[in-house]
Amino acid sequence: MNALVVAGVLIVLLGISYQTGWSKSRNLVTADGVKVHSRPQYHGSFTAIWAMIPALVILLLWAWLGGGITHNYTVSQIPQDILVSLDQAGLNGAIIRINALASGYGVAGEIAPWEQAAGDAVRSFNFLAFAGTLILAIVAGGAGLIYARSRITARLRARNTVERVVNVLLLACSAVAILTTVGIVASLVTEAYKFFTFINPLDFFFGTVWAPNNAGGDNHGSYGLLPLLSGTLMITAIAMIVAVPVGLLSAIYLSQYAPKSFRSVAKPLIEILAGIPTIVFGFFALVTVGPFLRDFGNAIGLQISATSALTAGIVMGIMIIPFVSSLSDDILNQVPRTLRDGAYGLGATQSETIRNVLLPAALPGIVGAFLLAVSRAIGETMIVVLAAGNAPILRGSPFEPVSTITVSIVNQLTGDTDFTGPQSLVGFALGLTLFVVTLCLNIFALYIVRRFREQYE
Amino acid sequence: MAIDIQTSPEKASSDRTALIRAGLRRRHLNEQIFRGLGIAAIVIALGFVALLFVDVFRKGIPAFVQSNLHLSVTFDEAVIGSDPVPVRGDFVSDAEYTAANLKWQRDLAMLNWNKIVEASLRKAAPEGFEIDSKQIQTIPETNARHQIREMFVANPSLLGQTVDVDVLASANAANWIKGNIDRSLGDGQQQLSPPARQLIDTFVDNGTISNGFAWTIFTNVDSRAAPASAGLLGAFVGTLWMMLIVVLLAVPIGVAAAIYLEEFAPKSRITDLIEVNINNLAAVPSIVFGLLGAAVFINWFHLPISAPIVGGLVLTLMTLPTIIIATRGALMGVSPSLRQAALGMGASKTQMVFHHVLPTTFPSILTATILGVAHALGETAPLLLIGMKAFVASVPATPFDQAAALPVQIYLWQGNENRNFFEPRTAAAIMVLLAVMILLNGVAIYLRSRLEKRA
Repeated sequence: MNALVVAGVLIVLLGISYQTGWSKSRNLVTADGVKVHSRPQYHGSFTAIWAMIPALVILLLWAWLGGGITHNYTVSQIPQDILVSLDQAGLNGAIIRINALASGYGVAGEIAPWEQAAGDAVRSFNFLAFAGTLILAIVAGGAGLIYARSRITARLRARNTVERVVNVLLLACSAVAILTTVGIVASLVTEAYKFFTFINPLDFFFGTVWAPNNAGGDNHGSYGLLPLLSGTLMITAIAMIVAVPVGLLSAIYLSQYAPKSFRSVAKPLIEILAGIPTIVFGFFALVTVGPFLRDFGNAIGLQISATSALTAGIVMGIMIIPFVSSLSDDILNQVPRTLRDGAYGLGATQSETIRNVLLPAALPGIVGAFLLAVSRAIGETMIVVLAAGNAPILRGSPFEPVSTITVSIVNQLTGDTDFTGPQSLVGFALGLTLFVVTLCLNIFALYIVRRFREQYE
Repeated sequence: MAIDIQTSPEKASSDRTALIRAGLRRRHLNEQIFRGLGIAAIVIALGFVALLFVDVFRKGIPAFVQSNLHLSVTFDEAVIGSDPVPVRGDFVSDAEYTAANLKWQRDLAMLNWNKIVEASLRKAAPEGFEIDSKQIQTIPETNARHQIREMFVANPSLLGQTVDVDVLASANAANWIKGNIDRSLGDGQQQLSPPARQLIDTFVDNGTISNGFAWTIFTNVDSRAAPASAGLLGAFVGTLWMMLIVVLLAVPIGVAAAIYLEEFAPKSRITDLIEVNINNLAAVPSIVFGLLGAAVFINWFHLPISAPIVGGLVLTLMTLPTIIIATRGALMGVSPSLRQAALGMGASKTQMVFHHVLPTTFPSILTATILGVAHALGETAPLLLIGMKAFVASVPATPFDQAAALPVQIYLWQGNENRNFFEPRTAAAIMVLLAVMILLNGVAIYLRSRLEKRA
């Protein structure tokens, strides 16, 4: 309700101020022989900016400080003799009750007279504060409007001012990307630091037992990263064994051999794999690939679990085939034609050219592409949550259930916002590890790919 | 074999040709093998696409069929009693009437509606069929009694009458009818008792149970107590809210950021840093964005847990790099002559960008937006971390309400204990998700080709 009123007031203010500036500007033009610096819409925007900024500043200030002021006022309405008898939890409870009374919903249990009085007082305070802020914002906006209108003359460089404001807005938008990174790093580091106050970092990074005690209490359990890391690496390795040959060979075939018509059909079809949500791959692994591998293992006398590193790895490999294939395709296309023509001129067959000239020339770029694929496989979550079996035990067989870093993050942190114990905080330590590993891989890979491009430009 | 050049030029030449000929066979064989490997790789990759789709469709299509029980239900006075319905005229104030009406409804809810359901089932069963009360109740879905009660609340004049009602068969009954459970299993492993199974078969034969298209998948919300009635509506609306937030936030911010970086930013260390940063953000694992959402939006800003607003914000941050990179690429591709023409006519730099350069990049930005949204649509892991794993059986009215999302619903359903029933239903939910994604991608391709033709 309040938000709607505020939005309505702001829209009306915007419309009026723009219209005022615009019509004043039009009046300037009617005078004979006057050359106006800016077009009317710039004068309109100029006035609108002058009207909106003060109003928005006041509203934002209230949104920022209003909570604290209301809180203080509420506390001041509690009689002194009762206030001293309340501890922190009691005080919070009293404030919640008073606010509930003030909002008109009522509270459970008997209402003490002082609670009712405080509730009424807070209610009228809330109303007055809201109305006051809104009126103040309107007055400030109006003042800005009048000031801006008075400044509009033929020589006012309104366009330059408006463009400067637009530039600042654009800059603010590109800062969002930076703020996201800052937010990721800040939240991971602070929460992981809290985790390391419970658990020694050495025990975390080099521990071989993963057994968090999720029940709580003083015994936190043990948080060894190595079982998770080994599971992650094993699944990633299997995925790369599947994805690299298939992806690279199909990229070679599509870019070097395939006729254009075939390429234009096959390439988008393979890229469909890249668009399928990972949860779908997870389901596919769980209900189809896993049971198939188990039965296949039984047939050849191998004990393979339905949910195992192998299942998750194979399906993850399928998922990253298009990733490997389209990156390699790009890289292969960037190798200069002259190199290939030279090889053909010396009598090499097409496959000899590819193996002896094209691939060595493209190798750095392809390695970069593989590293990007590895980083994606390490960070992949849903396939391993569903199909890896969630068994955080250090072991070497790919036929048995394992667990990964991402699986443990999901297990330790699902909708739990009470970040007080190591049971949930460990999610951030794991996330930090994951972030650092993938970041290093990405930076290194992007560096290699960029070097490769520059080499042939 | 070394070639002796000293002998004679003709001899040397023919020797060389013989040498090349000898190797040629082997080299051409290698060529064939290499080409065959390439074709095999393509076949494998395409085979996986086909296998995945066939598998999901084969599993999912049966779930779009539901088993309905056609019952003739008698609203028996002996069970319902004859408490009069409160009439507005009997009360002084609206409040008293509302209170009386609520009391009447509460009293109705306390009645044993299962008795009515059971009576109608027995009426449909053959004369003298022996089955106890508990066993016969396993045939209809547990929400049948609510359905019948709501009919009565809406129309109290039904008291004493007999009407035809369609109710859903229970999940276990549906498994038995569709053959999702092995019929040859022993009694110990069957979910239903022998008389119940026999009665279901009789019902199928005499037409009391028939199959129809499962509209409930699209019109119902998730349900635990009555799994056969579980639907995707709540998850669908939750996803819709999130996509709305993503489009409203990611597109303006992303395009503005791209314009600044490409057109206005001075080439400096800082812009290089921003560029590296954006490229890296695009490759950060999605689960890390979930951690960001849990720590920043929920723990620091105290936004509601498991709500589409938080999901939307997290997915916005995830989609931003994609849109920025695509828009920058499009801006880079605009021909310099267009810019110079605008500047030459006296436009300012801002005017040139907004009036001339940006409109020509519209098709690319649109395509990137749709593809980014399609990607965000299927993202699951970050949503689990912001609490969207919770069971929510309602349609979110605002983005601040608790909600599920399509991919999360898939995750929840695949974990349901009643595997026989929920495996097809999960596949059906996947089909819906894939259909939405394919639709979005198709729209992107169509719009791009149309707009590019016009440009």
